[in-house]
Amino acid sequence: MNLTLKIWRQKSSADKGQMIEYKVSEISEHMSFLEMMDVLNEQLIAEGDEPVAFDHDCREGICGMCSMYINGEAHGPDRGVTTCQLHMRMFKDGDTITIEPFRAKAFPVIKDLVVDRTAFDRIQHAGGYISVNTSGNTQDANAIPIAKEAADEAMDAATCIGCGACVATCKNASAMLFVGAKVSQYALLPQGQVEAADRVMAMVNQMDLEGFGNCTNTGACEIECPKGISLENIARMNREYLKASLKG
Amino acid sequence: MAILDSKVPQGVPLKDKWTTYKDKIDLVNPANKRLIDVIVVGTGLAGGSAAATLAELGYNVKAFAYQDSPRRAHSIAAQGGINAAKNYQGDGDSAYRLFYDTVKGGDYRSREANVYRLAEVSANIIDQCVAQGVPFARDYGGLLDNRSFGGVLVSRTFYAKGQTGQQLLLGAYSAMNRQIARGKIEMFNRHEMLDVVIVDGKARGIIARNLVTGEIERHSAHAVVIGSGGYGNVYFLSTNAMGSNATAAWKIHKKGAYFANPCYTQIHPTCIPRSGDYQSKLTLMSESLRNDGRIWVPKNMDDVMAIREGRKKPTELTEDERDYYLERRYPAFGNLVPRDVASRAAKERCDAGYGVNATGEAVYLDFKSAIQRYGKEQAKLQGIDNPSAAKIIELGEAIVEAKYGNLFQMYEKIVDENPYKTPMMIYPATHYTMGGIWVDYNLMTTIPGCYAIGEANFSDHGANRLGASALMQGLADGYFVLPYTIGNYLSNDIRTGKISTETKEFDAAEKAVTERLDFFINNKGNHSVDYYHKKLGKIMWEKCGMSRNEAGLKDAMKEIKALREDFWKNVTVPGASNEMNPELEKAGRVADFLELGELFAKDALERNESCGGHFREESVELDGLQKGEAKRNDKDYAYVAAWEYKGEPAEAVLHKEELEFKDIELKQRSYK
Amino acid sequence: MGGLLKSSIARKVAMALSAFFLMFFLLQHFAINLTSIFPNNGATFNELSHFMGTNPLVQYALQPVLIFGVVFHFVMGFILEIKNKNARAVKYAKNNGGANSTWMSRNMIYSGLFILIFIVIHFIDFWFPEINTKFIKGDWTGMHNGELRYFHELQHKFTAAWRVALYCVGFVFLGLHLLHGFNSAFQSVGANNKYTNGLKTFGKIYAIAIPAGFVIIALFHFFNQSH
Repeated sequence: MNLTLKIWRQKSSADKGQMIEYKVSEISEHMSFLEMMDVLNEQLIAEGDEPVAFDHDCREGICGMCSMYINGEAHGPDRGVTTCQLHMRMFKDGDTITIEPFRAKAFPVIKDLVVDRTAFDRIQHAGGYISVNTSGNTQDANAIPIAKEAADEAMDAATCIGCGACVATCKNASAMLFVGAKVSQYALLPQGQVEAADRVMAMVNQMDLEGFGNCTNTGACEIECPKGISLENIARMNREYLKASLKG
Repeated sequence: MAILDSKVPQGVPLKDKWTTYKDKIDLVNPANKRLIDVIVVGTGLAGGSAAATLAELGYNVKAFAYQDSPRRAHSIAAQGGINAAKNYQGDGDSAYRLFYDTVKGGDYRSREANVYRLAEVSANIIDQCVAQGVPFARDYGGLLDNRSFGGVLVSRTFYAKGQTGQQLLLGAYSAMNRQIARGKIEMFNRHEMLDVVIVDGKARGIIARNLVTGEIERHSAHAVVIGSGGYGNVYFLSTNAMGSNATAAWKIHKKGAYFANPCYTQIHPTCIPRSGDYQSKLTLMSESLRNDGRIWVPKNMDDVMAIREGRKKPTELTEDERDYYLERRYPAFGNLVPRDVASRAAKERCDAGYGVNATGEAVYLDFKSAIQRYGKEQAKLQGIDNPSAAKIIELGEAIVEAKYGNLFQMYEKIVDENPYKTPMMIYPATHYTMGGIWVDYNLMTTIPGCYAIGEANFSDHGANRLGASALMQGLADGYFVLPYTIGNYLSNDIRTGKISTETKEFDAAEKAVTERLDFFINNKGNHSVDYYHKKLGKIMWEKCGMSRNEAGLKDAMKEIKALREDFWKNVTVPGASNEMNPELEKAGRVADFLELGELFAKDALERNESCGGHFREESVELDGLQKGEAKRNDKDYAYVAAWEYKGEPAEAVLHKEELEFKDIELKQRSYK
Repeated sequence: MGGLLKSSIARKVAMALSAFFLMFFLLQHFAINLTSIFPNNGATFNELSHFMGTNPLVQYALQPVLIFGVVFHFVMGFILEIKNKNARAVKYAKNNGGANSTWMSRNMIYSGLFILIFIVIHFIDFWFPEINTKFIKGDWTGMHNGELRYFHELQHKFTAAWRVALYCVGFVFLGLHLLHGFNSAFQSVGANNKYTNGLKTFGKIYAIAIPAGFVIIALFHFFNQSH
């Protein structure tokens, strides 16, 4: 198929940036979206232009590196997939596709479609861990039984890949789904409950410092999340936060 | 030929080696640790866990990742699980049994003492990860669940859905975060190591490029740890991440670290086939699918053509028209033969022309029998008399979905076919590299002060890695082995003081790095980096792939050399070096692959035996039950081939570390 | 509002708590208004209104709380909106919000703004005259021409078609606001559990039924003028 691409080009963080139009042809419907971008880039290199910079790595939907806002949706029109798993069969011959970087004040553009998501890392530094030394001399793994339900729920929260689609999608650029998932994972496990109060206060505080917006419960994040992280995690974080605040 | 000293503790029984060694190792006192810097390159399971533990011990750690966060390292993509000799199932597992399985699975080409240590510390990994909040699967009693994996006789694999690697990596990442918050780890995201700096014969720092600004940076340390993963991307197409590269490993090789067994590569049998020339990477489907799927191709060429041209559907073929070639060739193990055997058998059929997709490189993995079997079983369990055919299928599909639902969905997204209704297409793909930087018992390379851990070292898997062992090795190296053994070396550095970066060694290394980058930018040739990478991949796949022969390997060496020369003449890299430039990053990596590939072929040529993932067509059983199967040659090749860099890959010098097996009897692997 | 409301979650919770209060008030207001269409010519309505209008607890305790609640909800709503707008400095060239969220959830600020306009008019119509009568003139009798005045005042306001139309539109926006707001408030205070689905249905009924009821009452009086 033949496609028209409108892509955000921005030389560097200091540059202003603009949408530029490109044409690609002979795109197979079996290509992944990023393979289509590879075709464009090879074409640009052959023409002596600079290829479009975009983040990607594993290309199997787990590393969380790829991050495109395609036709007005994070990771494009398909559900439950990252950009790298989106296939061209979702589009039609002659389509115009708009491709933008994930946008949020807390995710500044580095170049073209590449954004800086280290704000997520800093939130994790604030409390996204259990304070246990890696000596290996902890108690036996089976010493504390954990209800299967809690373990499964913790796992569901833990599948977050940290891609930032929730932030990109949210009309307020809020990071609550990301932070909620991490807070939930630990809050659901006995090992994490020891520091639960300090953790939620510290992580929410850092989230606010990074300049993410407030959650207004539109639920868009849950729909666009490639891993289907549930809004329940945000509610749980709110509870944990209230509990922690009331404790003082 | 220099003798390689493996530094395995002598005079102690295998079972006591690690304990006795730890007791006698030199330690650095806590106050002195604060005076010592360690660089860790790579933040996957091995690098991440090592960085966290070293920082916890008190060393000042500088960690480097080319991704934007340590959490993105490709360890994250491991699906199945992690082995540990916990014997929670009471099925007779023990450290010895895990050790035995690993050595045997590796076709007796790994170092006994290292493997035993790995098995010994494996149980601690699980304790550690649970304490860190890794949500492993549990049974209804609240205890940890296990699954069995890859042809071993016990259930010792711990898992977190189909995302075990992700959860373990996030565990290591959380341990790192704690140390980053304390200021004990300084994290350098989006940085790539471009050379190691040797001062007075010791590794004392690295040259790194800031991938955002393009700035070249000098970083000094008392020791350098390489945990940068494997070199599977030498094939261009692999299940590795797009950015996975051998540059860090190759740079230390060029500065004196021997590279061991480069030809040992694992080609995983169950991956989604290539769909066209534009393909950028291959996606793995968990090995567990072979528990219920039957592998086949059509018996008749007419059917093959009809299927390829879309005139016939695979479901229309009767049982008689199908060739279940694994069941035919290996009646004892059937579809559950080890990875290397399954991969070669698929290649054999496709080479004979029976591949079922347009590229001719795909075989079927069919769940019809399993759906029927489970369906009937369920009908009986639910008390349904005379269930209709449709009901049986419905019940059976529900069971298959419960077991493999996420994999089936992933397949459907990529291939756009419903694997419940029509058989999956699969084909082998490069997955893991057992070979890597040679290390001694301390995990130190032949450069003093330079260590290699995880997939980057030649490690514990011999010529073939068992499923669920990679995660185990990465974390064992990082959490429990390196942090001890590195103390032995660093105890001599407590008086050294800060290493200066303003020395002639750093000047020279930085100059070389800068010149190379400038060359790429200024070359203005006429082919892109990917053009060369794809060509290299094709040579590697065809001549150093699942089966290798002398003529092919010699050709490969010649072709790779020619390709490399062409690359240095005609490659083009757009943009500049003082900005984010993904093409420039790729150019450096492919340049290194173009050297590594040749050494790979040389090593494969030199090893005229078939073992594990390395199959030499000249070394097969000629008669008897095992006719046509791989033939290992323990008399001549029971050694580690460690290559010393001498300028050109073809001129590399071989050093042998003879492998001794005192606690284990060498046997042929038979699956007939 | 200071330190207590510095964090994003605390602000959310405060929004939710004020919303709960307002939703409860709305229910109460609706219940009293409903009596105005009872076939006793406003007798019950007059009694209840007089009670509410003269009871010291209502007038001196609940009324200020209500005023605070309304003002707080609006002011905080605007503050959050501004903050949230700032969290994305560069807008998307193309954004397909409809693919993943409802119009109501994305436009609370607009439905809220319209409700604000409505409330201002409502205050001019009813509340300011009340305050004037009671607190400025000091007339706490509630009497006009020998009978309780509330029902007639109510009827009088619904004679002009434009005002009735404006009220109806105001209630449509209130409904839209509640369609998202009701359950959003519960989510904000952390209630997301096995009752959530039931609560969602209840929230929808509330969000449609209450405003619809107000509309019916307004129309009833418009069409049933007793003079």
